[in-house]
Amino acid sequence: LRKNVEDFTGPRERSDLGFVTFDITADILNGKKCIFDWNVKQLFLYLSAEYSTKNNALNQVVLWDKIMLRGDNPRLFLKDMQSKYFFFDDGNGLKGNRNVTLTLSWNVVPNAGILPLVTGSGHVSVPFPDTYETRKSY
Amino acid sequence: GRGPSRGPAMDLFGDLRRMNKRQLYYQVLNFAMIVSSALMIWKGLIVVTGSESPIVVVLSGSMEPAFHRGDLLFLTNFHDDPIRAGEIVVFKVEGRDIPIVHRVIKIHEKENGNIKFLTKGDNNEVDDRGLYKEGQNWLEKKDVVGRARGFLPYVGMVTIIMNDYPKFKYALLAVMGACVLLKRES
Repeated sequence: LRKNVEDFTGPRERSDLGFVTFDITADILNGKKCIFDWNVKQLFLYLSAEYSTKNNALNQVVLWDKIMLRGDNPRLFLKDMQSKYFFFDDGNGLKGNRNVTLTLSWNVVPNAGILPLVTGSGHVSVPFPDTYETRKSY
Repeated sequence: GRGPSRGPAMDLFGDLRRMNKRQLYYQVLNFAMIVSSALMIWKGLIVVTGSESPIVVVLSGSMEPAFHRGDLLFLTNFHDDPIRAGEIVVFKVEGRDIPIVHRVIKIHEKENGNIKFLTKGDNNEVDDRGLYKEGQNWLEKKDVVGRARGFLPYVGMVTIIMNDYPKFKYALLAVMGACVLLKRES
């Protein structure tokens, strides 16, 4: 599982807004077997950023998600993806934050039964720069 | 020869008149016991899961293709279970009675455990801020009815039909009542 990211923050009145571009190369497996067995209807994949700030001990923001139906290819090979959702912090905790971790997780939706949440192995740390980006347009 | 043959409706009334009071009371008590046991099981589920409504029916298509209208969800609401991004929660907006089943997409948790979070239906374009109360931007733990842990498709359709067609509900109750009252103990 590998992700490459490029990121910067833009100033907003009250909260930092982060911009992240990423690549994902992933193989979704269940142990050694294919994740799509007879009781798996779909997977809900999501990329979430997790970090701590002065304001909040724990923050998690879902940046991107995808629904993978039974029959789709369980391999992901995405490049230069923009985050689907605005990456607002609750405050100004993104500026200079060195410890923002991106993780890929998925919710297994069965045909009937338990709904587990699985976190993929492999995560990437995204350090945010110390200054706001004013040159790039967004 | 015999008189005109009696239809099934006449037989029913014949049965009722033949049953003496004692038998009738017995049947009513039987029925009450079944209802009480069902209620006890439901209360027991509420205690065990920690959720005020441990089984809910999906009412809208905002979580498709995962859940469809009529699917049944099983919830838990343990106090120490942290709310994390990606989880499917069932919540009620303050002042409204309808439970909404959506996914948590943002959380901000303070050191003391106070958490505020944002939800969105998988099938919706935008997050749920428009659904929350006027001026409310985040949900809190107190708004959560439970977390979806398991699900069964289609089974909840019965409740939706009973809600949308009350005549069906009364008909069903009448049939059930008749069955129990007229069941003969062999």
